[in-house]
Amino acid sequence: MIDAAKTALPDIIANGEEEILAEWLRLQLSAESLRPDLLREGELREQSRRFLGLVRVALQSGDIGSVQGAAWAPVREMLSDLSRSRAKQGFSPSETATFVLSLKQPLFTRLGRALVGDSEALQREVWTATTLLDRLALHTTEVFQKGREEIIARQQQEMLELSTPVVQLWQDVLALPLIGTLDSSRTQVVMENLLQQIVDTGARIAIIDITGVPTVDTLTAQHLLKTVAAARLMGADCIISGIRPQIAQTIVHLGVTLNDVTTKATMADAFQIALARVGMAVVPRAVAIAAGTPSRV
Amino acid sequence: MTPLKDDLLPVRSSDDIVRVRQQVRAWAVEIGFSLVDQTKIVTAASELARNTLDYGGGGTVRLESLSNGIRRGLRLTFEDQGPGIPDIDLALTDKFTTGGGLGLGLGGAKRLSHDFSIKSEVGVGTAVSITRWL
Amino acid sequence: MDRIPILKLGNCLLVTIQVDMHDQLVMTLQDDLTAAIVKHRARGVIIDISSLELVDSFIGRMLANIAGMSRILDAETVVVGMQPAVAITLVELGLTLNDVRTALNVERGMALIRDALEDHAAWGQGAAGGAYGRGPGDDSAEG
Repeated sequence: MIDAAKTALPDIIANGEEEILAEWLRLQLSAESLRPDLLREGELREQSRRFLGLVRVALQSGDIGSVQGAAWAPVREMLSDLSRSRAKQGFSPSETATFVLSLKQPLFTRLGRALVGDSEALQREVWTATTLLDRLALHTTEVFQKGREEIIARQQQEMLELSTPVVQLWQDVLALPLIGTLDSSRTQVVMENLLQQIVDTGARIAIIDITGVPTVDTLTAQHLLKTVAAARLMGADCIISGIRPQIAQTIVHLGVTLNDVTTKATMADAFQIALARVGMAVVPRAVAIAAGTPSRV
Repeated sequence: MTPLKDDLLPVRSSDDIVRVRQQVRAWAVEIGFSLVDQTKIVTAASELARNTLDYGGGGTVRLESLSNGIRRGLRLTFEDQGPGIPDIDLALTDKFTTGGGLGLGLGGAKRLSHDFSIKSEVGVGTAVSITRWL
Repeated sequence: MDRIPILKLGNCLLVTIQVDMHDQLVMTLQDDLTAAIVKHRARGVIIDISSLELVDSFIGRMLANIAGMSRILDAETVVVGMQPAVAITLVELGLTLNDVRTALNVERGMALIRDALEDHAAWGQGAAGGAYGRGPGDDSAEG
């Protein structure tokens, strides 16, 4: 347990801030891990000076039990910004964490000089300092992680939306070419897109083509059936096309029943059925003209 | 995880069920759920509220707006001092009967939620909790 | 006491559900509807749920019940205007309403009933003519 009243850290830092800073910068600028290609010296100096200053202020508040308290908010915010901007610049999370951890060496040197002869106090203050800096370094890593996760989530969303187009093949007939595996989150997107299109176009038939779906297991089949059921509730019938021979075998072996759903091997066949259901037929132009149908360009 | 906001509503009449739906909808909108997600949690709430009223003899529902630092969520806990459910596993299997029975209520509410938990003791009562995350 | 109004549209009855229905209202509607089907010799019932933002198993049962009762009275029921979010939720809930016909809107619903009645007339059967299966049409284009 770190006792605020007993630590001399705030004073030691306050008294020797300029020297600690100078020593820290010297070490950073001479380190192998320096990235002058990503960060200018001036910026590094500025970041270091700011960080050290904010840490001193936070220590002077007396709250050193953790770094989650309000007193440490300015430090956390500064580190969050730093972590994010360094990530953008191309720094690895370890490199950013090292920025914080590298403060240990000059700090301990200073502590050693200030507490010479009192090895117990030195031990205590070193422990306090190392714990604090470790926590702050971990904070930069967490911010980095979180940023990554947000990017991944956004990209996943974009991919989901791009990979489930709904096309109108004809009046009242929609087509849904599915590419890739159909998991539950994808099914949600598919259903939402399809149903919205049914409302917008008034479609009565939706052809779901699964040529591009690599495997059909029980879950995939369930997701497909859910989509079909949802479309039906909106007054649109579904035809599933693109059923490869292996898929047909798998479906039978799994015991999945597609009783109420019309299935066809190819989208072309499905389209023909769809046209018939909406009362249309494809005939040679000559026949249509002979029947008196005005021909369009 | 302490809730950001919480409220307790009675579930003792048909009108209460309507009020519960309205409140859950309002909270879901405030948290920022999409329309589909709102519909899911409000529907789940309707199912559980109906169960609480019809089989639990009436009870309460606690609404809690949650945040675990990264995600926001909405948790609903329905409690009653009713007869309790003797066989929970059976109750969770779907038996949609037009004649009534727990039918789709519990299983359906579970499918519409991300987290689901239930505690029930015969002669004591039942507590069902569902959570949906943003 | 409030009740849901039932409109006559040709040989069909139109019911528009716009409010949160509580139990008594549902019972009253079912009674009123069956009485109206008989009184007007209606052949179709259109239930417009385009204003409903929520359909739970209670309402779902009501719709299935109405469809069942109407069928016995020789009338076809079509539920129209379901909102996408509601459809997705119903499917997730496990309510497929398989025995209930659906359409996008009232106009389509009327067309559906018209076609169904024509099919029945063609086969010379009433609405409950299950023995003869589905009418002509669908798969005749198949090779």
